[in-house]
Amino acid sequence: MDPSLLLEQTLNGLTLGVMLFLLAAGLTLIFGVMDVINLAHGSLYMAGAFASAAVTARTGSFAAGVLAGIAVGAAFALVLELALIRRLYARAHLDQVLATFAVILIANETVKILFGPQPIFAAPPPALAGSVELLPGVPYPAYRLVIIAVGLLAALFLWWLIGRTRLGMLIRAGTTHRCMVQALGVNIEVLFAFVFAIGGALAGLAGAMAGPILAVQVGMGEQILILAFVVVVIGGLGSVRGAFLAALLVGLTDTMSRALLPSLMRDLLPPAAADQVAANLGSVAVYLLMAVVLAVRPRGLFPAHG
Amino acid sequence: MAEAQATARVGLDGVVALCGLCLLAAAPPVLEHLQADYLLPTLTRMLAYGLAAAALDLVLGYGGLVSFGHGAFLGTGAYVAGALLQHASRGTPVLAWPIMVPGSTEALVILPAAAAVAGILAFLIGAISLRTRGVHFIMITLAFAQLVYFLVLAVPEYGGTDGLMLSARWRLAGLPVRGDAPRYWIALVLLVLFLLAARRAMEARYGLALRGARQNERRLLALGYPVYAIRLLAFTASGACTGLAGALLADVAMFVSPDLLSWQRSGELIIMVVLGGQGTLIGPVVGAFTLLALEEELSALTEHWMLVLGPILLLCVLLFRRGIWGQVIGAAYPG
Repeated sequence: MDPSLLLEQTLNGLTLGVMLFLLAAGLTLIFGVMDVINLAHGSLYMAGAFASAAVTARTGSFAAGVLAGIAVGAAFALVLELALIRRLYARAHLDQVLATFAVILIANETVKILFGPQPIFAAPPPALAGSVELLPGVPYPAYRLVIIAVGLLAALFLWWLIGRTRLGMLIRAGTTHRCMVQALGVNIEVLFAFVFAIGGALAGLAGAMAGPILAVQVGMGEQILILAFVVVVIGGLGSVRGAFLAALLVGLTDTMSRALLPSLMRDLLPPAAADQVAANLGSVAVYLLMAVVLAVRPRGLFPAHG
Repeated sequence: MAEAQATARVGLDGVVALCGLCLLAAAPPVLEHLQADYLLPTLTRMLAYGLAAAALDLVLGYGGLVSFGHGAFLGTGAYVAGALLQHASRGTPVLAWPIMVPGSTEALVILPAAAAVAGILAFLIGAISLRTRGVHFIMITLAFAQLVYFLVLAVPEYGGTDGLMLSARWRLAGLPVRGDAPRYWIALVLLVLFLLAARRAMEARYGLALRGARQNERRLLALGYPVYAIRLLAFTASGACTGLAGALLADVAMFVSPDLLSWQRSGELIIMVVLGGQGTLIGPVVGAFTLLALEEELSALTEHWMLVLGPILLLCVLLFRRGIWGQVIGAAYPG
């Protein structure tokens, strides 16, 4: 593989990686602090993407769209926590899975009624629509570089929030010693709602940023949600640091296997069949990675619970 | 006294189940009389899903292990049946290497093959997944099911995302299976046999150990039970029987859809189990009938039927945790 293609695919992998991180960070925090498995996290992402596309189309400002995506993601998450998830903290994981599965059905159908079943078009802002020449002769879309930058900034923000603030201290304490935090008189309900809102805001941000490069459509949340689950499992439940490394690992694995397999397959199979085989086997690589990691370390790379 | 109550309880659910069985057995002639036998394939589908849900109940209800990947076994069974039928009608072998596997239209070959392949897959997935607990287990079974989904889509011969249209149907012991009623009987007999065998196993020492491991794993380990092996056996048997259900679905629809392997299908199987009542074997069958009937009725009523199903499901989870069958049995004998 020639170096320019390698650079391009690495950046594509990083783009996917930071998007996955934005989703997986929320998931892993919600799991780590509240011991809740939230399948509807993908619906928050979808809500962010649709809100952002609608606001951008109405106002013409991409920044306003992204802010709307974040706000809608956080608001949706808060409503979800107050109305439903709060009743599920003490329940078995099975109940949480079923209840949030029901939320997915409701959210998807509502969006279908509001926006229709067709994918809607979201364009990157004109200022970022062009490409940047990274190396001589290697152009790369500027918008994708912005996604990577935004993702890294979000990671930095989370690192500061969790590692350097009082709130972050409570979140960390909540992950490792939940009962003790409650016993010390911390208002755990507010903390839980806040963690949910952060998760929702990150998912909304991911949705808003993903709009211009992926299709904004019903069901978009579930496709990426399962990959985000893989990231969370590989990284170790409850660990944001683990989620970050695992997200980049998964993003790169997915992109590289999709980039490399077609050329390998073309030597073995007719071209039309080769593309189909390669596209699906590329998806398999990520799950194989997960299987290997778990066979060696059943609790993931950086388990947060002791 | 407690013993008498226990036998009385068994008696009641036995009576209700027997009534249900009589209704199911009477369905083909009655429907034919009412000239409504177009409903038979739908009922056969319900029986097949009932089998799959009851098989999942072994793991989910009795074992307390939330498998979010049973769609993989359902789909595998369907694709095994589909591949054997397809290759038989084309006269090509399923596998030419390392061993020669010809296609087949014989149900007595197809059904065991579907169960065996799904069972082997379940053994492999279970062997890795059962090393984990709780949420890990949910996510890992989900991810493995996705792996199987993409692997199957990658085989161009079996239609990819379009699914696999079947031109042949199976024969039973060399005789052609004509009409919908015999297919219905095959499904009903398999379901009843499974329920009897599973009930036997769950009441035996093995079943007690499986349930004990759900309630207090550490204690069972201390007593010297091989908890991992017990669970792996349940997972494997459950996967094999789910594969059997998949083969039934493939034959009745003459079509194998990759949707069977999807994570939504795994979710629906869990819904069936919980809706009907987990840990009851018959409950999941009731749940399967209820969910499929609801889907059928609601989708005829409105295009946006999921908007109705979603809240119903939410209410069930929040308020009726014992499920339909649990309510029926529990209402008659409170406490």
